[in-house]
Amino acid sequence: MLAHYGPQLVNLFAAVLLLLSFAMLSQRRMLSLINLFAAQGFVLFLTTALVGALTGQHHLYWSALVTLVLKVIVLPWILHRLIRKLNVKWDVETLINIPVTMLVGIVLVVLAFNLALPISQLSGTVIRATLGIALASVLLSFLMMITRSKAIPQVIGFLAMENGLFFAATGAVYGMPMVVELGVALDVLVGALILGVFLFQIRERFDSLDTRHLERLKEH
Amino acid sequence: MHLNSLDAALGLVSVWVGLGLAGLLAPSSIRLVSRVLFPIGALTGLALAAVALPAIFEPAVARVLPLGLPDLPFHARLDALSAFFLLLLGAVSAGVSLFACGYFRKGEGTPPGLQGLYYHLFLASMALVLLADDAYFFMVSWESMALSSYFLVTSDHRHAEIRRAGYLYLLMAHLGAISILLCFGALQSGTGNYTFQAMREVAPSAGWASVAFLLALVGFGGKAGLLPLHAWLPEAHPAAPSPVSALMSGVMLKTAIYGVLRVTLDLIGFPLWWWGVVALAAGLLSALYGAVYAAVQTDMKRLLAYSSIENVGLIIAGFGLTLLFRGFGMNALAALALTATLYHCLNHAFFKSLLFLATGSVLHSTSERSLGRLGGLIHRMPWVAWTALVGTIAIAGLPPLNGFVSEWLLLQAFLFSPGLPHSYLNMLVPIAAASIALTAALSGYVMVKFYGVVFLGQPREPRLAEAHDAGPWERVGLLWLAAACVVLGLVPAAVIGMLDPVTRLLASSGIAGLARGWLFLAPIAPQRASYSPLLFFVLTALLVALAWLAVRAFYHGRVRRSRPWDCGFPGLDARMQDTAEGFGQPVRHVFEPFFRIERSAPTPQDVRPRYREVIDDRIWHWLYLPLARGVEKLTALVTVLQRGRISVYLMYSFVTLLVLLFLVR
Amino acid sequence: MINFAGIAAQFTELMLAILLAPLLTGWVNQCRAWLQNRRAPGLLQPYRNLNKLFRKEVVLAHNASPLFRIAPYLIFGSLALAAAIVPTLDIDLPLNAAADAIALVGLLALARLFIALAAMDIGTAFGSLGARREMMVGFLAEPALLMVLFTASIISGSTSLSTIVHTLAHKEFVIYPSMAFAGVAFTMVSLAENARIPVDNPATHLELTMIHEAMVLEYSGRHLAMIEWAASLKLFVYSCMGLALFFPFGVAESGDWLGIVLALPALLLKLAIGGAALALIEILSAKMRIFRAPEFLGTAFLFAVLAMLVHVLLGS
Repeated sequence: MLAHYGPQLVNLFAAVLLLLSFAMLSQRRMLSLINLFAAQGFVLFLTTALVGALTGQHHLYWSALVTLVLKVIVLPWILHRLIRKLNVKWDVETLINIPVTMLVGIVLVVLAFNLALPISQLSGTVIRATLGIALASVLLSFLMMITRSKAIPQVIGFLAMENGLFFAATGAVYGMPMVVELGVALDVLVGALILGVFLFQIRERFDSLDTRHLERLKEH
Repeated sequence: MHLNSLDAALGLVSVWVGLGLAGLLAPSSIRLVSRVLFPIGALTGLALAAVALPAIFEPAVARVLPLGLPDLPFHARLDALSAFFLLLLGAVSAGVSLFACGYFRKGEGTPPGLQGLYYHLFLASMALVLLADDAYFFMVSWESMALSSYFLVTSDHRHAEIRRAGYLYLLMAHLGAISILLCFGALQSGTGNYTFQAMREVAPSAGWASVAFLLALVGFGGKAGLLPLHAWLPEAHPAAPSPVSALMSGVMLKTAIYGVLRVTLDLIGFPLWWWGVVALAAGLLSALYGAVYAAVQTDMKRLLAYSSIENVGLIIAGFGLTLLFRGFGMNALAALALTATLYHCLNHAFFKSLLFLATGSVLHSTSERSLGRLGGLIHRMPWVAWTALVGTIAIAGLPPLNGFVSEWLLLQAFLFSPGLPHSYLNMLVPIAAASIALTAALSGYVMVKFYGVVFLGQPREPRLAEAHDAGPWERVGLLWLAAACVVLGLVPAAVIGMLDPVTRLLASSGIAGLARGWLFLAPIAPQRASYSPLLFFVLTALLVALAWLAVRAFYHGRVRRSRPWDCGFPGLDARMQDTAEGFGQPVRHVFEPFFRIERSAPTPQDVRPRYREVIDDRIWHWLYLPLARGVEKLTALVTVLQRGRISVYLMYSFVTLLVLLFLVR
Repeated sequence: MINFAGIAAQFTELMLAILLAPLLTGWVNQCRAWLQNRRAPGLLQPYRNLNKLFRKEVVLAHNASPLFRIAPYLIFGSLALAAAIVPTLDIDLPLNAAADAIALVGLLALARLFIALAAMDIGTAFGSLGARREMMVGFLAEPALLMVLFTASIISGSTSLSTIVHTLAHKEFVIYPSMAFAGVAFTMVSLAENARIPVDNPATHLELTMIHEAMVLEYSGRHLAMIEWAASLKLFVYSCMGLALFFPFGVAESGDWLGIVLALPALLLKLAIGGAALALIEILSAKMRIFRAPEFLGTAFLFAVLAMLVHVLLGS
C-alpha cells in the first residue's frame, strides 16, 4: 500500500511546500512568517522520512531527524527569541505591492517548471517532477528576499531557500551524503547566528531594522 | 439577367454613395437629411444584410469592375468571410442610421448635408474594403474610409481638443496604412501582380510570410486599437458624434479584424504557430490594459472606448489561438477558436453600438459627458435606460445574452487544447485562461460603474431634472440593436451554423456538424460541454415569476414610500454618492503599476482643500512622446537644408543632375 | 424523449435546496454560538426571521426605480437555478445539458450584478459603498472560482458538472496536489463571496465595515426576505459545490431511486460537517481591513492558477 500511495503522497507534500512558499510570499505578519517556515521544515521532515521508507535508504531517517530538530524546533525558537529581543513584531513592508509580487511569483514558477522538465524526464527516481517544484520554491524564496525591506524576512527567505535546495536534493539523488548534509546544516546554523549578530549591529547603528538604511553607507 | 449577390451588394453600395451626394443638394436642410436620406440609408443597410446572409453559404463570386486605372482595374469578390462582415455592417448600420435620423441637429459645426455625405461615404467605403479583391482597390477604399471618418470625427470642429483628436486619428490611420501597403508589397513576392488571387497562389517563404504577418498585425492592429497602437481610440471616439462613435467602434474596428483574418488565413494560407503566440500575447495584454483603464475613467465615452480596446484584445487573443492551433494542424480546435472570435466580433458590434447610442441620447438631453454630473436618469429616460441595461448585461458577458456565448466558446477552446508539442505553450494555456477570466470579471466591474453612475442613484446636478427621453427614431434604433443582442444570445446554434462556411474557408474545418440541434450548443460533444441559453432563460424567467407569484399569493403586497436610510444624518444629498473616481478606486489601488498618476493633495493649511488626481496613459509617455521628440529632432536636422537663398536651391538641382548623369553612364 | 425520472430528481433537488438553505445558515450560527460559549437562537430561527419579514410592509425610498423592486426576485431566481444545477443528490440532471460550470459562474455573476445595481439605485453613500466593495470582491473572486472549476474540468475532461462529479467520484482514490491547491483557493473564495469573516462580518451593524449588508440597507419586508433567502441559498450552493468537487462520495448515479434516498443523509452529514468547519474558521479568524481584501482574493486567484499549472506539470 505504501508503494502505491507513497509517490502520490510525495507529490502532495511537494505541492504543500510550494503552497507554503507562496503563502510566505504573501504574508504580512512576522510571526506568521516564522510559523510558516516551521511548517515548511515539518513537511520536509515528513518527505525525507517517506522517501527513506520508500527507497530503503536508512541514512535518510537520520537526515529527517536532523531536519526535525534543526528546522522545526531550534531555528524557529532562535528566530522567536530574536524577534522578542529586537522588539519587532509588526507588519512587513514590501518594496512592490503584494498582488504584483505574486504575479512575478507565478512567472517564476512557470520558468522553474520549464527548466526542470527535461532534467526530470532523465532521472528515474520516485519523485521526478518535484524537481520543478523545488526549483520554484528556491526562486520564490529569493524573490521574498529581494522584495522585503526589513532584515528578518530576508533572513527567513535565505533559510527557506535552503529548504528548497534540500527538497531538490532529496528528490533527485535520494538525499545528499551524510557528510555534505551535516556540513550544510552547520553552515546554515552558523549563518543564522552571524545574521543575528549582524541584525543587532544594524539596529544599534540605525535604530531600526529597515535594510534600506544601509544605503546611507554609500560613498556619496 | 441573373443578379448575383456581388452585383446586388455593389448596387447597394452605390445607393449609399448616391445618398451621400444627394446630401449636397441642400447642405443646411436638416429635414431632408433626417427624414429622407438617413431612413433610406438604413433600409439600404438592411437590404445589404439580407443579400449577405445567403451569400455566406454560396460559393465565391468575383468580378472585375470597370473602374480604376486603365491597367489596374478594380477586382471585387464576395466569399463567405466578406459576406459575414457585410452582414455585420448592414445590420449594425441599419440600427445606427435609424438612431441618427433623430440625432443630428442643426448648428453643430458641420452642416447636416455634408455630414450625410461623409456618413454614407464612410459606410460605402467600409463595404468596399470588405469586397475588394486586389491591393489597389483595398487601399483606395481603406483611405476613403479613413478620410471620411476623419471628417466625421471632427464634425464639431469648433473645439480645439476635437481637432487635436482628429489629427491624432488621421496620423495613426496613415501610419497603419503604410504598414498595410508594405505588407501587400511583401505578399506579392516579386510577381508584380497585386490581385489577391495571385497572392493566394504564390506561397511565400517563411521569412517573408512572417514579415507580412507582422506588418499586417501592426497595420490592422493599429486600426483595431491593439496595444501599443491604441492611443487614438480614447481620443477619437469621445470626440465624434455618438452615431459615428458607434459605427467606428462597432464596425470600423471589425473591418480591421477582417483585414488581418484575410491576410493571415486566406492570402498567406498556412500560418506558423509562433505568430499565434505573438497575437495571443498582444491580445491578452490589450484586453487587460483596456479593462483596467476603463475602470478609472470619468468620461462615459472614454470608458466605452477603453472597453472597445479590451474587446478587440479578446478578439485578437482568439485569433492568436486560432493561428496556434492551425500552425500545429489541429483544425477542429482552430475552427472552435475562430468561431469564438467571429462570434465575439458580431456581439461586440451590436452591444457596443447600443451603448454608444445610449450615451448619445444621454448627451443630447443633458449635454453632459462627465460621469460626475450625471445620475438618476432611469426615471427621466426609461427607454434609453432599459435598452442600455440589455447592453450592459450583454457586454459584461452574463448569460443568457450574447456576450456570454462568445466567452463560453473561447474558454472551451482554451480548455480543450490537448497537449501542445511545446511545454511552454502548455503552461501558457492556464495563464491565458486566467487572464481572460480576469478581464471578463473586470468588464463586469466597469459596466456596473457605467450603468450605476449614469442611470441609477440620484441626479448629481439639478439640471438633470429636465432631461427628456429619446425620440421615436432613436427608440427604434436602440430597440433594433437590443433585440439583436437578445436573439444572438438565445439561438447560438443557428449563428454557429451561419459561421460554419466561414470557418471551413479559413480553417478547413467546422464545428456545426457536432451540434445537437438548434436548442443546445455543444461544440465538441454533449458530455464534455453543453449550454442551452433558451432553456436557461425560460427557466430563470419561470423561477422568477413563480417566486413573485408565490410571495403575492401567500403574503400581502403593501408598499409605503419614505425617505432613504440616512443613519441619523439629516443632510444627505446627491453629492454623497460614489463618484466615478471613487468607484474606480479599488482597481486603481490593485493595478497601480499600470497607471501613471499625478496627484496633488491639499495641505492642512488650505482654506478650501482640493484633491486632484490625473490618470494618464503610460504608453503615451513611454512610447509616443519619445517617438515624437525623436521625429522632431530628426526634422530639425533636415531643416538645415532650407537656406532661403536661390543659388543654394539651384545648386541642389545641379548636383542631382550630375549624380544622375554619372549613374546612367 | 423526456427523462421523467431525471426531471423528478431535478425538481426534488431544487425544492430541497430552497427549503434547506436557511437551515444551513441556522446550523452555522448554532455552531458558532457553541464555540463562543453562548446560547444560539435556535436552528429554525432563520425561518422565523423570513416569516416575520414576509409579513412586514415594504418601505421604499421615494426614488426607487422598478429595477430596485424587481431585483430581489431576479437574484433569488438565478441563485435557485444555480442550486438546481449543482449535483447534490443525483448526477443525472437534465438541466446539466442547459448549463455547465462556466454558466454556473455566470449565474452567480448575474446575481452579483443585479444586487450591485440595486444597491446603487437609491443613491445613498452606503449603497454605492457596498456596491463598489462587492464588485471589488467579485472581480477577483469570480476568476478564482472559474479557475478552480477549470482545474476540475481539465482533470475530468469536461465542463459539464455531472461529468466532473462522476469522474471525480469514480477515479480510484488518488491524491491530486492540484486539487489541494484548488481546495485552498475555493475555501478562500467561498469565504469572500458569502460575506463571512475574515472578509465581511454577516452580523455587523457598523455601516463602514459592511460589504453585503451595506448593499441591502434599503430593502425591507418581503424584498429583504427574498434577499436573505437568496444569501442562504448562495451559501448552500457554494457548500454543495465544494462537496461535489472535493468530496463527491455518496452522490447517486442516474435514475437510481434507492441511491437518491441514501444520498440525502450523506448530503446532510457532509453539510453538517462543512457548516461546523465554517463556524470554526470564522471563530479563529479576525475580520481583515477592507483594502486587504484584494490581497486575500488575489492570493486565492493565484493559488487557483497555480493549481492548473501544477496539474500541467505533474499530470495530476
